[in-house]
Formats: sequence, structure tokens, C-alpha cells
Amino acid sequence: MYDFELVRPTNLQEAIEALQAEDAQALGGGQTLLPTMKARLAMADRLVALSGIAEIKGICTDDNGRICIGGGTTHAAVQSGCAETFPALASLAGRIGDPAVRNRGTIGGSLANNDPSACYPAAALACNATIVTQNREIPADEYFLGMFTTALEEGEIVTEVKFPVPQAAHYEKFIQPASRFPLVAVFVARYADGVRVAVTGASSDGVFRWGEAEAALSADFSEDAARGLTAPDAGGMISDLHGDGAYRAHLVKVMCARAVKACL
Amino acid sequence: MTKVTMTVNGKSRSAEAEGRTLLVDWLREGLRLTGTHVGCDTTQCGACIVHLNGEPVKACSVLAQEVDGAEVTTIEGVAGADGTLSTVQQAFQDYHGLQCGFCTPGMVMAATSLLKENPRPSEAEVRHYLEGNICRCTGYHNIVKAVMAASGQDVPAVAAE
Ligand SMILES: Cc1cc2nc3c(=O)[nH]c(=O)nc-3n(C[C@H](O)[C@H](O)[C@H](O)COP(=O)(O)OP(=O)(O)OC[C@H]3O[C@@H](n4cnc5c(N)ncnc54)[C@H](O)[C@@H]3O)c2cc1C
Ligand code: FES
Ligand code: FES
Repeated sequence: MYDFELVRPTNLQEAIEALQAEDAQALGGGQTLLPTMKARLAMADRLVALSGIAEIKGICTDDNGRICIGGGTTHAAVQSGCAETFPALASLAGRIGDPAVRNRGTIGGSLANNDPSACYPAAALACNATIVTQNREIPADEYFLGMFTTALEEGEIVTEVKFPVPQAAHYEKFIQPASRFPLVAVFVARYADGVRVAVTGASSDGVFRWGEAEAALSADFSEDAARGLTAPDAGGMISDLHGDGAYRAHLVKVMCARAVKACL
Repeated sequence: MTKVTMTVNGKSRSAEAEGRTLLVDWLREGLRLTGTHVGCDTTQCGACIVHLNGEPVKACSVLAQEVDGAEVTTIEGVAGADGTLSTVQQAFQDYHGLQCGFCTPGMVMAATSLLKENPRPSEAEVRHYLEGNICRCTGYHNIVKAVMAASGQDVPAVAAE
């Protein structure tokens, strides 16, 4: 790893200012950034650690009943803190990586990174969560712009993520056991006004909504309706040594049906 | 270089660290506590697990300066002052939960955390919790048996089935 200056702000304003410097980058839990820097695939002149900022940690419920999670909240804290209020999200958080990764890694880091196989993007998109920064609120539908690409601008910090809680939801993850990431995973969220289905691990454009499944399940929320779908086109799917595009496309359909079954 | 001070295994300890110095290197090179191992470059093997403010973390993926002031327990701090092995360490010995021993410090630290959270885990829970600890030797069965035994549950005392 190339050397850098580490800054440890204790409030958001200091962090925002520290990130103004050239080649400064936020450090969340470091569970993606540090391995990447160790491999010299990334470098920075300055890392701004967010872990000392209490105001972007923790979980609460707002006046609209949305679950609001601070951007610096660890996966482990979401796992325990949402167990009662949003069990599908708690379960997702509790299956990220392993216990040691969950004790450091944060929801803000995961959403900022937007790995095409990451778990949180599926939940955020399926729930049309609102991603909050120091400057604005971004609906998930406008936030994910392709593999490792988001609507975040330079120096923008994910301070909070607000999830409208679905009537029923489930995250079905087909694990790639060597990396612990999903090979393919599907988050199904049922709301009074319809069903949303988000898929991660499959597309080379990153997380996406599966429109056909949403339409079919909004009309008939049943396992049969999910099983009756045609798998999405394999064309844009990731193909690697763990599975080719056709296999991933097939898994999307199977994971979706399993998720629906678990909701019922 | 900056001086970093932490409470390590109950004692205040200081050593220099650069911005990029990892907690594991600070422990191993700064304090010469070489029980914590480095088994990979990719944050995947768990050989480097220590307890940071009571929670298991991968010391290879935490910056030393970031956790200045923290409380850390390493494998050196697990046994009693007179050298008596902890329950988990003793069970690893009794059930042959190690061969080369490279993964063992991380395994013991992770297993100790598991039993603190969940004193009587099922075998499936043990396997799930230890997913982030990779062992190239044992095939895991005896590690799982050791953890089950350390939790006071019955385990057939055979080396391997
Ligand atoms: C062994 C292992 C297994 C894993 N398994 C999974 C898995 O199954 N599923 C999964 O989804 N992930 C998995 N991960 C990744 C893990 O969830 C990371 O914690 C996460 O992707 C990044 O979060 P972080 O807080 O560690 O961010 P960091 O690594 O610190 O940062 C990642 C990126 O986000 C930026 N950033 C960090 N925080 C913020 C913020 N608040 N605002 C704006 N930008 C920010 C950083 O500048 C950097 O570009 C795994 C990681 C490891 C090492
Ligand atoms: S050395 Fe830390 S996970 Fe491998
Ligand atoms: S005993 Fe050799 S790696 Fe586990």
C-alpha cells in the first residue's frame, strides 16, 4: 500500500472539509478500500476516516415510518438493530461476508462502492430507499448508474439511508463461497402499491430492477407466478469462471421464486 | 510517523505508525506480538483476527492510527497469566483442532467471540460463524468439535470421523 495521510474527524463538517483536498478519499469500514489499496489498485494522498463521526451512525424510525440508517452504521449494527423492525434487511446484513467484516464494513461504504455483486444495493433499489448526503437526497432509482458507479459526486458522503418498510420482503442470496459475495441474489419487496424486485450479482451493469417480475408479481404475488416467468436475457449478464451468463440468468429466476416463497 | 497508543492485552502499549500502517503490522512489528498471523492479502482468511474493543475484526484491514486509543486483545492475551490455556485453546488441543497452527490464532479469537455471543451454538451456527476463517489443513471437522466441546456440549472424542 502506498502511504497516505490519515485524518480522523469527529464530526461531519470536519469530514466534509477534509475531503476538499486533492486526492482525498473517505474511509468507511475499509473492508473494500483497504484490500484494494493493499493490492495497489487504488491510492490516495489522504484518507478521511468516517468511523469517529457519531452523527452518521445508528438506526431510527422517522415520522413516515421509514427506517433511517446512518451511513457509518456497520453491517453488524444493522443485523441486530433491524431484527424486529425490518427483518429482511437485518438478514441481508447478517449474511454479508463474515462476522469480522460485518463489525467494520458500513452501509454507506457498500452503497458508495456499488460493487456489481454487493448486497445492500439490492435492498436499496428494491425498496427505492433514499440515499442522503450532506447536499441532497437521492432516490435509489436515480442513484445506481452502473458497475462501481453512482450519482455521488466528489467529496459527497452518504450520511443516511432511508428505507420505506415493505409489507413483506425477502433477500435470497446464492452465495459464491470463495468470496462470500452473492453469485446472484434477489431482493423482493412488496408494498401496498406494487412489488419491486432488484437483482445483484448478475448484470455487468450492476444492480437492476427486473421489470417483468415486478409486473407479474404485482398482479399475482405467488410462487407460481414467479416460477412462470421467463428468465431475463443472458446477454448483459456477468460471465466468469464461477458461472456463465445463461447460468446467472437462470439463477435470477430461481432466486426470485425462492424469495417470493419466503415472503408468503 | 505518529505515536499510537492502545491498551493491548490489558497493558498500555505504544509504537510508531505511518498512515498506512495496518493494525496487524503495528502489533507484529511495533510490539513484537507475532501470534497474530497474516495469511492473505485480500481480507479473506481470518488468520489476523483480534478483538478490537471487544469485537472480532481482521487486523489486516484496520489502520493502526484509526484505532489509536482502542482496547485490543490478541491471542497472546487469551491464556491466563500463569499460562493456563483458555477453555477454547484447551479444547483445540484436546480435539486436535489444529495441524500446522497457522490459522489457529484467528480461529481461537473468532471462536471465543462466538461463545461470548452464543454460549451453546449448534454445529451449523459454529460453521456459519467461522466462515471467515480459512484453514488449509484440518478440514474443519475437528475445529468445529473443539468449539462444541468448549461450549460444554457433548462431542465424540475421536480425532476424525
Ligand atoms: C471477505 C469479505 C467478504 C465480503 N462479503 C460481502 C458480501 O457478501 N456482500 C457485500 O455486499 N459485501 C461484501 N463485502 C464488502 C463489505 O460489505 C464492505 O464493507 C463494503 O463493500 C464497503 O464498505 P466499507 O464501509 O468497508 O467501505 P470502505 O471499504 O471503507 O470504502 C469503500 C468505498 O466507499 C467509499 N465510502 C465509504 N464510506 C462512505 C460514505 N459513508 N460515503 C461516501 N463514500 C464512502 C470509500 O471512499 C470507498 O471508495 C465483503 C468484504 C470482504 C473483505
Ligand atoms: S490476513 Fe487478515 S484476513 Fe487474511
Ligand atoms: S491448521 Fe494449518 S491452516 Fe489451519
